[in-house]
Amino acid sequence: MENILQQVGIDNYIYLSTLLFCVGIFGVLYRRNAIVMFMSIEIMLNAVNLLLVAFSTYHQDAAGQVFVFFSMAVAAAEVAVGLAILVAVYRNHNGIDIDNLKKLKG
Amino acid sequence: METNLALLLLFAPFAGFLINVFFGKKLGRNASGILGTLAVTVSFAATLFFFLQVMNTKVPVMVNLFEWLKLANFTVNFSFQLDQLSLLWLMFVTGIGTLIHMYSISYMHDDENMHKFFAYLNLFVFFMITLVMGSNLLIMFIGWEGVGLCSYLLIGFWYKNQSYNDAAKKAFIMNRIGDLGFLIGIFILAYLFHSVEYDMMKTELANGWPVDKTWLGIAMLCLFIGACGKSAQIPLYTWLPDAMAGPTPVSALIHAATMVTAGIFMITRLNFLFNLTPDVLEIIAVVGAVTSLVAASIGLVQNDIKKVLAYSTVSQLGLMFLALGLGAYEIAVFHVITHAFFKACLFLGSGSVIHTLHGEQDMRNMGGLRKVMKITFITFLISTLAISGLPPFSGFFSKDEILMTAFHHNKVLWIIGSLASIMTAFYMFRLLYLTFYKDFRGTEEQKHHLHESPSLITFPLIVLAILAFVGGAISLPGMSWLNEYLAPVMAKPAEHHHLGNTEYMLMGIAVAGALIGIGIAYAKYIKRGEVPPADAEITGVTNVLYNKYYVDEIYTAIIVKPIYAIGSFFKNVIEVALSGLVFGLGRAATLLGNEGKTIQNGSVGFYLLVFVLGVCSILGYIFLVK
Repeated sequence: MENILQQVGIDNYIYLSTLLFCVGIFGVLYRRNAIVMFMSIEIMLNAVNLLLVAFSTYHQDAAGQVFVFFSMAVAAAEVAVGLAILVAVYRNHNGIDIDNLKKLKG
Repeated sequence: METNLALLLLFAPFAGFLINVFFGKKLGRNASGILGTLAVTVSFAATLFFFLQVMNTKVPVMVNLFEWLKLANFTVNFSFQLDQLSLLWLMFVTGIGTLIHMYSISYMHDDENMHKFFAYLNLFVFFMITLVMGSNLLIMFIGWEGVGLCSYLLIGFWYKNQSYNDAAKKAFIMNRIGDLGFLIGIFILAYLFHSVEYDMMKTELANGWPVDKTWLGIAMLCLFIGACGKSAQIPLYTWLPDAMAGPTPVSALIHAATMVTAGIFMITRLNFLFNLTPDVLEIIAVVGAVTSLVAASIGLVQNDIKKVLAYSTVSQLGLMFLALGLGAYEIAVFHVITHAFFKACLFLGSGSVIHTLHGEQDMRNMGGLRKVMKITFITFLISTLAISGLPPFSGFFSKDEILMTAFHHNKVLWIIGSLASIMTAFYMFRLLYLTFYKDFRGTEEQKHHLHESPSLITFPLIVLAILAFVGGAISLPGMSWLNEYLAPVMAKPAEHHHLGNTEYMLMGIAVAGALIGIGIAYAKYIKRGEVPPADAEITGVTNVLYNKYYVDEIYTAIIVKPIYAIGSFFKNVIEVALSGLVFGLGRAATLLGNEGKTIQNGSVGFYLLVFVLGVCSILGYIFLVK
């Protein structure tokens, strides 16, 4: 394990996950398609997961990896719910453009 | 046994009040009147029992109910004290109270709120008993406030007349001014003695408790202000003449015989403290003397029969304060008692006249009533002779004692008191002549209805007239039963006047003065048959007197108007500014909300952008700024 970190370096993992996170953010901000936004959110999540794993290795502490398992399980559940909502939205609006949901403000 | 009887004495009128308030209307007129009278009669009987017991044993009855307040080194008990002084007071409060209740059954018979009237009268008697019986100043204060409240309720009893309501409010507010003084006095005494029990204070003084004379003086002055309010002395006397708006039995009971003597009771009760502050006593004497003269001079020209009696009451109260100020507490008490008899009789007599004339109170429209109202006339005559100070009527002895004491202490006060007495004789006989002599000056219709009042009205008159006649016997000069009786509650023994030449000369002067006053009244109203002119024709000094030295107007100008001005300033300026500020803040919040709600436009993208910006700024703050 240690030699992987020695080969690549912890800072590179940090840069990568920051980059992934920013990609996710910009995806969420710029795209109007709900599925793409969803994917962007998953990217952000995985950026964090990656960081957790990297630090877990760095600190020689398995707790971080356990967290990642949890967060993946939660993300799976979240995706299931989110996609179900999107299906419902699609059926009602014939599309999944996020701008169609303005009525939700009440 | 003693405790129960004392509680019965205290609570019988209160029970009468409760029953009359809640069931009075159902009971019917006569029943509620009889109930109210019985309640006071029970108190009177209990008082009589205690009075005889204490007179024989000379041991006061103390009733300690419970501990009321307990602070670090200050305890107030809820306890009552039936000693010589309080029993004497209770005797005439409940005694005259019974007679006046009886009188009211007939007098108020046609009033729609008769049960309420008796309820209030009972409540008044209850509070008066509380005031007198309490063994400390706080219980006295309960009664003090209570009688003020009842006075207010009864002055404004005919509440449909606005001017009566105003009179009631005036009485209440004037009394409140005095009450504030009284309360401050109590606080200072509590601070000085760590107690407000009379006996405790007395014992502490006897044991050489160190007392700051300055503070004691201030306390006594404050208490005297309280007494001024309740007993209608300058400068707080103006409410009493206006209080005549109440039904006549109220004037007789509250505003002549009992409540207004509360101030004298309080000062007599605390005589051991007042003795320590001769300066305050001096002030009391001067205020009393001036009040008696001023009120008597106003009484000279009043035309309302009850107003004359009201000013006469103020004047007599002034004489009592003069006696108090000279340290002659027994004599003040003596005059309180004789005054209670004859003034109650005079008021009830005037009520009898007013009743016959269906509410007419102006003496210019009376006259000649002695032929039809024989009993009223005779009782009225006896009381008038008594108040004028002619021997052997009771008023002669008490007034003469006061003047004699004044002569020995201060000649100026004696002259003022004597002048007031002469005026008293004059205006009382003026009243008598205008009301009962010559021919009737009212309308024809009234003339047909003239009749003697029913026996429920005349019986109290007869009893009171007899008392007014013989009441002086309790303290004859030289052999005073009253002085001996009161000796245990007085810090200093009473002064004995040896009946020498000076004293006989003074008596002669007093009687001659009274006769001069009567003579002037006789010459003016019988010989020349004058009738006071109509209001518009009154001129000169008479006009000033008729308008009561314009004191009400002066008070209006220097106190009431500025207070109104302050009130309108706060209403028109301060309140507008404050409410402007408050409403302004409210409006700003509304505006902000209205602008802010456009941010919630439903666009998820926008929300996310704001969210991201927010997170970025927080992170930026944490990592960059800190």
